[in-house]
Amino acid sequence: MLDISILHYLVLGAVLFLLGVIGVLTRRNVVIVLMSIELILNAVNLNLVAFSRYWQGLHGPAAVHGQVFAIFIITDAAAEAAVGLGILIAFFRNKETVNVDEVNLLKW
Amino acid sequence: MLFLDHIWMIPLLPACGAAMMFFFGRRLQKSAVSAVCVGAVVLAFLFACGAVLQYTTWAAAHDHSPYEKIVYTWLGSDTGHLTYTTQDGSPANFQADAGFLLDPLSSIWLLFVTGVGMLIHIYSIGYMAHEGGYYRFFGYLNLFMFSMLTLILANNYVLMFVGWEGVGLCSYLLIGFYFHRKSASDAANKAFIVNRIGDAGFILGMFFIAWLCGSMRFIDVTHLARSGHFSIGDPFVTAATLLLFVGACGKSAQLPLYVWLPDAMEGPTPVSALIHAATMVTAGVYMVARSNALFVLAPTSMKTVAIVGALTAIFAASIGLVQNDIKRVLAYSTVSQLGYMFLALGVGAFAAGVFHVFTHAFFKALLFLGAGSVIHAMSGEQDMRNMGNLRDRIPVTYWTMLIATFAISGIPPFAGFFSKDEILWQTWTSEGGAYRILWFIGYVTALMTAFYMFRLVYLTFYSKPRMSHEVEHHIHESPASMTMPLIVLAVMSLFAGFLGWPHSLGGSDRFARFLDPVFARGEAHVLKAGGEASQLAAGEKEEEHTSSTEYLLMFLSVAAAGAGWWMAGRAYANADKGFVEPIAASAPPVYDVLLNKYYVDEGYDYVFTGRRKVGDVRLGAMGLGEASSWFDSHVVDGAVNGAGWTTRAVATLSSWWDKWIIDGIGVNGPAILARMLSYPARLLEWGLVQWYALVMTAGLVGFVFYYVYH
Repeated sequence: MLDISILHYLVLGAVLFLLGVIGVLTRRNVVIVLMSIELILNAVNLNLVAFSRYWQGLHGPAAVHGQVFAIFIITDAAAEAAVGLGILIAFFRNKETVNVDEVNLLKW
Repeated sequence: MLFLDHIWMIPLLPACGAAMMFFFGRRLQKSAVSAVCVGAVVLAFLFACGAVLQYTTWAAAHDHSPYEKIVYTWLGSDTGHLTYTTQDGSPANFQADAGFLLDPLSSIWLLFVTGVGMLIHIYSIGYMAHEGGYYRFFGYLNLFMFSMLTLILANNYVLMFVGWEGVGLCSYLLIGFYFHRKSASDAANKAFIVNRIGDAGFILGMFFIAWLCGSMRFIDVTHLARSGHFSIGDPFVTAATLLLFVGACGKSAQLPLYVWLPDAMEGPTPVSALIHAATMVTAGVYMVARSNALFVLAPTSMKTVAIVGALTAIFAASIGLVQNDIKRVLAYSTVSQLGYMFLALGVGAFAAGVFHVFTHAFFKALLFLGAGSVIHAMSGEQDMRNMGNLRDRIPVTYWTMLIATFAISGIPPFAGFFSKDEILWQTWTSEGGAYRILWFIGYVTALMTAFYMFRLVYLTFYSKPRMSHEVEHHIHESPASMTMPLIVLAVMSLFAGFLGWPHSLGGSDRFARFLDPVFARGEAHVLKAGGEASQLAAGEKEEEHTSSTEYLLMFLSVAAAGAGWWMAGRAYANADKGFVEPIAASAPPVYDVLLNKYYVDEGYDYVFTGRRKVGDVRLGAMGLGEASSWFDSHVVDGAVNGAGWTTRAVATLSSWWDKWIIDGIGVNGPAILARMLSYPARLLEWGLVQWYALVMTAGLVGFVFYYVYH
């Protein structure tokens, strides 16, 4: 049986982060871009929790800094999602589309 | 001295006639025109007789010097505005007066010009009676008399030239009298233009004389020439006299400027008689005789004059042998006889030359007026091939023309014998026999003259009648106004020769005696040129002594005339329709050349006028015109077009430069450069959301790498 070390969690976190970045950069639909941003944030969360567990193993059960930070990020992600959706709705009211390519009023 | 003091009246009378014709000739009746114009000339003649008579008495009292009357100063003044320096450096004043000179030479010319002119004016009353432009004819004729008299009576070269030009103008006006005919108009142009060439020579000669002598008056020039100022053979004097002779060639129809005279027969016959026989063509002879003092100083010029004269004589006589138009024969005869006159002047026999002018005026005018009478009788026919057997129908014309023919052929005792014989004798003996070849030329010419003149008589008055029936029906003798001058001229042709009865035949040669003061005979001034003594007096050149050779030559001359007569009789006395010319029968190519006047006119057309092209090139005056036109259209216009083309090319170049270089590189270049260089900068503000996200990510990765690996 494979030993699951912190490395696996970090790799998973990285892969999720990468997927999220690729989604932000390449997806056309704004909603999907927001979802990708959420994915990035959650990947970071995963990273933080993994490191928290690792630190708990090294420095005792009181080293829960990572987990605490992860809660902050969740809150932050929620707020950000709310704001993002607000922008999306404002954008949609103007342009009647959710295609990120058409956010180009400042294009030269 | 009434007539002498008012000698200016002589030219003025016909001038008034001409002026009256100019102003109101149109409105006058023919009788009034005749009265005014003919009357003017009759008065001029009477005046001239009076003047010459008074001159003879005056001259006897004044050492035979010429009588000069200056009416006013025409050109120049003594305020010194027209000064110039002469050849020897002394200052001279250019002055030409309206002055009149009467001396033996001009007396002779005055008498026969006014006399023959008067007779021709009277003749013209009858001849021109049925023609249009009657007043115009007499106006021009009077204008001619005025010009000719000015020429003769002038006391300086400039006023003579005024008369010279005037007679040329009147010749043009009168030859072209029937100007509706193109041939007449062309002939008039030809006469004037050829004359003008001579005039150019005359003017240059005058300039030389002014520069050499410091004066234009004949008295001054003659005096200076005889004073020994110039050496014999002086090149400038030779140049001056040769140029004057060129002028004489033009006016008196010598080679090569004779071509206008035959064509001048387009004018009415009285015009041919007056201008082209008796008066205008003798102007050249007069001018040379007047300048005898200068000519004597230039042996080269004298030789040239003699040679040209002799050659002209034989050349024209040869053409006259075969001409069919009665007036043409007489025209060439005139050219030939003028050649004799210049031959005489050239060998130094000035008095003989003048004598021939005098006798020639009578018989040539008579011949022309007689020809006019024949033409009048033949209803305008001028071709001798269509005449014949007229002697009984027009007896007065026949007898007078016969007398004139005897005179011109040189048969004694008619006038022409004495003058022509004198010329031939002087040619034989002059300069120790240097001119014997010219004597031979003159001798052959005399033979030819007799031949063609008797040919004229035989074809016109003898032989079988060859005219058409209607013409034969109308043959009639001319009216008295025409026959009377003929008779008077015939009398003169008979007796005028007696004035110059030579010493060899026991006479006193009064004519030559009369002219002694003019040619300075007996006043020989001896010039020492390099130690040699030479004779300067023109008259001295004439032989005084008679010898047996003279009788021999006289006999030969008469024999030549007789031979010519006999040959003409054999060939033409019984000529019928379609008769054969003896020259055409024996030597057809010679006949063709002579009939076509040696193709001289055609030659001139090729070389001088350019009316005919030589191959593809046009020479002469018209060739010059063509060349100028070619130059203008190709070179000048080419330059203009070239300038235009150059301007357009430069403009094109300029516009290309402006469009591609200035606009392309100068203006657009920085713009393109700016756009290219700003491309990366623009990317920062692309406006694409996901691009911004990518840039952010890339920057983040860059930072991470920097921190990890640094």
